[in-house]
Amino acid sequence: MLLAQQSQTLEPVAPWLFYLFAGVAVLGALGVVLSQQIVRMAVFLLFTLGSVAFLYFFLEAEFLAAIQLIVYVGGTLILIIFGVMLTSKNPFVRLTVPVPQRLLGWGIGLALALMTGFLGVKYVASQGAAAHDSPSLIADAPHDSQSLIVGVQGAEHYGVADLGRNLLGKYALPLELAGVLLLVVMIGAAYIAKGRHADFEEGGAQP
Amino acid sequence: MIGLSHFLALSAILFGCGAATILTKRNAIGILMGVELILNAANVNLVAFNLYNWAGEAVAQGAAPAVDGLMFAMFIIVLAAAEAAIALAIFLNFYNHFSTIDIERARMLRG
Repeated sequence: MLLAQQSQTLEPVAPWLFYLFAGVAVLGALGVVLSQQIVRMAVFLLFTLGSVAFLYFFLEAEFLAAIQLIVYVGGTLILIIFGVMLTSKNPFVRLTVPVPQRLLGWGIGLALALMTGFLGVKYVASQGAAAHDSPSLIADAPHDSQSLIVGVQGAEHYGVADLGRNLLGKYALPLELAGVLLLVVMIGAAYIAKGRHADFEEGGAQP
Repeated sequence: MIGLSHFLALSAILFGCGAATILTKRNAIGILMGVELILNAANVNLVAFNLYNWAGEAVAQGAAPAVDGLMFAMFIIVLAAAEAAIALAIFLNFYNHFSTIDIERARMLRG
């Protein structure tokens, strides 16, 4: 109820905000495609990832928006920028592909975008437009719902408590596997980036 | 009113841009950025479908809202971080061998 009222008061603003952030995301993605300098690509990717994080707020996934900002923008993108700086004597060096190959790549990307967009719009149309114009969570939720999230009085949306309950219940095994994977990745990345190089220098006399 | 199709269209555009980035870059890190774009497009789809088509049904049946799409998106973010770390380690090794990041030079395994 609380959330529904808030979203109703936000309704005149929300479309503009959505189009603003979606536009920034699309322009950033196009910049990644069209830019030929790797540093500019990284900055455009920063804009896209940040805009997608803000779009998660429209989808009521606040925790995921925070994760997107912390892990993607604060972690992965910084890692990529470090990679750019470590693997280039001149960060503004240009590595261009021939024009026919570039046009072919853009054509394939455009075809894939049109195909997935067409499939998505067709799916929404097949489900009935009226039922999905508004989020079902707000529209269909019973007001005397028994399943209130702890700490959020009267709000029928999912919170961090639901995510935690699922992580330690239904998704406990994937969580453990993700932890093991991160350990393996940490060891493997250190080994690949450093250990092999020492081996290579020791055996550098071979042709 | 913003509907599911808006998010699906945005996700399709991001996916197409990611695929075009992978296909048109010679810099290995640029290709990694294309992969990140595609993973983000998939995440937008998962979160949007979770809100519009999945979570409400569980609430209507009296259960807690379903968050399976959010869980998948979280695991995808973790996997993307791990994949970026490993890929950058491989690129650093590649750069140490060839003194360039141009993938056209990676022909040692060509059959």
